[in-house]
Amino acid sequence: MKHHTVIASEAKQSPRWIIFSLVALLLASCSSAQWSGAIPRYDTGIDPETWAQIPAGDFAMGQHDVITKIEKPYEMMITLVTNAQYARYLNKATADAPVKIANNPIVGAYPGDKFSGKRHEKKIEAGDYPHLVTGNPDGRLAYDGKFFAVKPGYENHPVVAITWFGAKAYCEFYGWRLPSEAEWEKAARGPSPNSGDKRAYPWGNEIALNQANFYASRDPFEKELGAQGDTTPVGFYNGKTYDGYKTLDAPSPYGLYDMAGNVWQWTGDVYPQQHYRYMRGGSKGVYEYNLRVWTRNSAEPDFYGPSTGFRCARDVGKK
Amino acid sequence: MLTKRFNFLFTSTKGLVLVAIALISLETAIWGMLSGPMAELGIRDIVVRATGMILQPVEREGRIVMLYHSIAMAVIAIEVYIITAILPMKRDAQTTINSTITVGYITAQICGMVFAYFGRNWIFHGLFLFGQSLIFFAGIKLAFALNPWNKDYAISDPAYSRTKSGMNLERAAFFTMAIATLGSALFGAIPGSYSGNGFETFLAEDVIREPHKDALQLAVIGHLHIMLTLIAVALALIVGRWLDFKGKLHQVAMPMMIGGTIIITLGVWLVVPFEEIAHNFIYVGSVFILLSALFLVIFGFDQLIRERLAEQKIAKANFVQKLGALLHDPLKFGALWQMVYMNFVVTFIGIFMAIRLDKIIRVWPQREERVTLTGHWHILAAICATIILLYYADLIGLKGKARQWFGWLIIIPADIAFGAVAFFSTKRLYISESAQQPLVDTLMLISDAGLATVLVTLALLLVWRLVDLFKAKGKWSQELEEASR
Repeated sequence: MKHHTVIASEAKQSPRWIIFSLVALLLASCSSAQWSGAIPRYDTGIDPETWAQIPAGDFAMGQHDVITKIEKPYEMMITLVTNAQYARYLNKATADAPVKIANNPIVGAYPGDKFSGKRHEKKIEAGDYPHLVTGNPDGRLAYDGKFFAVKPGYENHPVVAITWFGAKAYCEFYGWRLPSEAEWEKAARGPSPNSGDKRAYPWGNEIALNQANFYASRDPFEKELGAQGDTTPVGFYNGKTYDGYKTLDAPSPYGLYDMAGNVWQWTGDVYPQQHYRYMRGGSKGVYEYNLRVWTRNSAEPDFYGPSTGFRCARDVGKK
Repeated sequence: MLTKRFNFLFTSTKGLVLVAIALISLETAIWGMLSGPMAELGIRDIVVRATGMILQPVEREGRIVMLYHSIAMAVIAIEVYIITAILPMKRDAQTTINSTITVGYITAQICGMVFAYFGRNWIFHGLFLFGQSLIFFAGIKLAFALNPWNKDYAISDPAYSRTKSGMNLERAAFFTMAIATLGSALFGAIPGSYSGNGFETFLAEDVIREPHKDALQLAVIGHLHIMLTLIAVALALIVGRWLDFKGKLHQVAMPMMIGGTIIITLGVWLVVPFEEIAHNFIYVGSVFILLSALFLVIFGFDQLIRERLAEQKIAKANFVQKLGALLHDPLKFGALWQMVYMNFVVTFIGIFMAIRLDKIIRVWPQREERVTLTGHWHILAAICATIILLYYADLIGLKGKARQWFGWLIIIPADIAFGAVAFFSTKRLYISESAQQPLVDTLMLISDAGLATVLVTLALLLVWRLVDLFKAKGKWSQELEEASR
C-alpha cells in the first residue's frame, strides 16, 4: 500500500515565511508557554472507562433546531479518550500490527473515500495514513522505541494531536466507532424538540468561567500558561474543588463530561464531495461561543493539533 | 438657539457627518466591549449588566449581522453626505437625499441595536427594516441626481476625464457606484428577507467550507463582499475629488473605475448561478479598481510634493525635501497612504489566501481559516473608517498643530494595529497553536494599544465639537453660516 500524506502539518508551511518567522520569534521570545515545573495533578473521580446510554428518538439539531431522528439507542464514553487509554491501545495495537511504527508518523490502513472531483475536494485513496507523530511537542505520549508512555501528569488528560485516522482506528480496534455528528449533538443537548429547551451548552443556556475549559476561562492551568492554558483532566468540571478552584458540575443531560471545551472532538461522518472531517465541542483555545453544542469545526483527516481529541460511541450492549 | 444647533447638526454637511461619526463612535465604544480582550477582562459582563442587554447564545449570529449593518448604514450615510456636497446637483435634491438617509440610518441604527441586543422586540425589527428602506430610497434619489447624461453637468475642461460629448466620467463613476450599490443591496436584501428573521441567520465565515452552498448563502457571501468593495470605491472617488484628481491619470483612471465597478459587481452577482466562472470577473474587476486607485495615489503624492515645494519656494528638491513635502499634510497624505497600506494588510494577504487556499489555508482547521477571514475584512473596514476621519478633519478645517497631531495619531497607531491584526489573523503561517500564546498576547497588546489611541484621538475631537456646541458663537455657527450660503 502507498503511504499518502494528504496534508502537511502546520509547521511545514513555515520555511516560506522567513521574515514572519523572525518577527514571530522575536516576539515569542518575550516569554514562554511551557510548564516550568511539574504540571498540577488532579484526580477528578470520573472513571474514563464509563459509558452512558443515549436513547433513540428525535432531537433538535443545529442552531436552527432541525428535528433529527436517531434510529437506535447507542452508548458514548462519558469522557474523552485519555492519554493513558491511548498509550495502552498503541502498545497493544502496534504489537497486533494494525498500526505500523516503522517510520514516523505512525500509520494505519484506511480503505479510502469516494472521490467526486468537487472544487476544493482532495482525493483520499486506499492506503496508509498517519495516526500520530511521535516526538511531536504537542502530543502527550512518549515513545522509547518499544513502548508508548504518557508524559508525567497527563495520564488523565484527553489525548491530543491524534489525526482523524488515529481516532477512528482507536475506536475500531475495540469494535466501537466514532460518533456521527448527530449522535454527538444529541448526547450533548439531550431530548429537546418539544420541551422548549433551547440550551446552547450541555448544561443549559449560560456559561460560567468555571464550567468548561475555554480561552481565558482562568482555570488553574491558565495561571502559568496564559489564556490558552492546557488541557484539563477529563471530567474536571464536576463540582469538585481543586487547590481552592471550585468547578461547577457540567455534565450533559446524559451525564457526559467535556462536551463543551477542553478539546475539539472528531466525529465519524464522511460526507460526499468533500474530504473534511468534522469536530465538535470547542476547545481550550477558543472563545466560549465556539462551545455551543451546534458549533462545527472541520479539518483534513490527517490534521493533528494540541486541541483536538475524541471519544467513541458504540451500539448498546456491545462491550 | 436649539433650533440653530439642530439645523447645524441635521442640515449642514459638516453637522451631518459629525452626527454620524459620533453615533458610530458611540456604538463602537459600547459594542467593542463585548468581545475579544474586553470580554476576557470581564468588561463585557459589566456592560451587559449596566445596559440590560440580553445576549442569548442562539442569537449571536443575528446580533452580529445587525451590528455590522447598523454601522455600515451610518458609513454609507457619511459617504452620501459628502457626495451630495462635492458633486454639483440641485439644492433640493441634496436636501431630500440627505434628510431621507438621515432619518433612515438613525432609525435603522438605533432600532436595529435595540432589537438585536435588548430583547428582540419585533416592532424595532420593523423599524430597522423601515430605516433601511429609507436609505435605499435615498440611494435611488442619489442615482437620479448623479445622472451623468444630464447636460447640466457636462464638462468642457480637458483636464478631467470626459467623453467627446462632454459627459463627466468621474460623475459617471459615482453614478455607476450608486447603481451597483443599489443592486447589491437588493442582492443581500432578498436572502435577508428569507433567512434574516432572527431564526436562521448565519455568518458567511461559518459556511465557507460547505461544498454545497445554496443560492441564498451565496448571495449573502457576495453581498458582504461587494458592499464593502463599493464603500471603498466610493471613498476612493471622494478622495479623488478632495485632491482635485485630474490630468492624464484621471483620464485613464475614471473609465477603469467605471469598468472595474461594473465587472466586479456583475461578477459578484454571477456567483449565485455561475460560481466557478464568476471569480474570474471579480479578479478582473478588482485589478481595474486597484489600478484606478493606484493612479489616484500617484497623482496625489506627486501633487502633495509639488504644492508643498512651491509653498517653500524650492525649485530643485532633494529626496529628503520631497519626502518632507509628501509628509507635510498628514490628512491628505494619510488618506492616500491608507490606500497603499491596505494592499499590504488586506489585498496581498487576500491574494495569497486565494492562491494557496487548498495548499495552506484549508489545511488548517476551519476555525483558523475563520480568523483569517474576519481579520481580513475587519482591517479593510477599519482602514475605510480612518480615511473618512482624515477627510472629516480636513472638512472642518483642522489646521496647524491640531491637524498634524490628529493626522499622525490616526495614521500611525491605526496602521500599527492593522499590522498586528494582520499578523494575528495569519499567525498559523508562522507559529504553531501550542507555541502561539506569547505572540498572541503581544499582538493583542499592540493592536489594542493602537486602536485605543485612535479612539482616544477621535474622542478628543468629538469632545471638542461637543463643547463647541455649547458656545453661542462656536465653530458650529460659522459652519452653519457657510452651509446656508
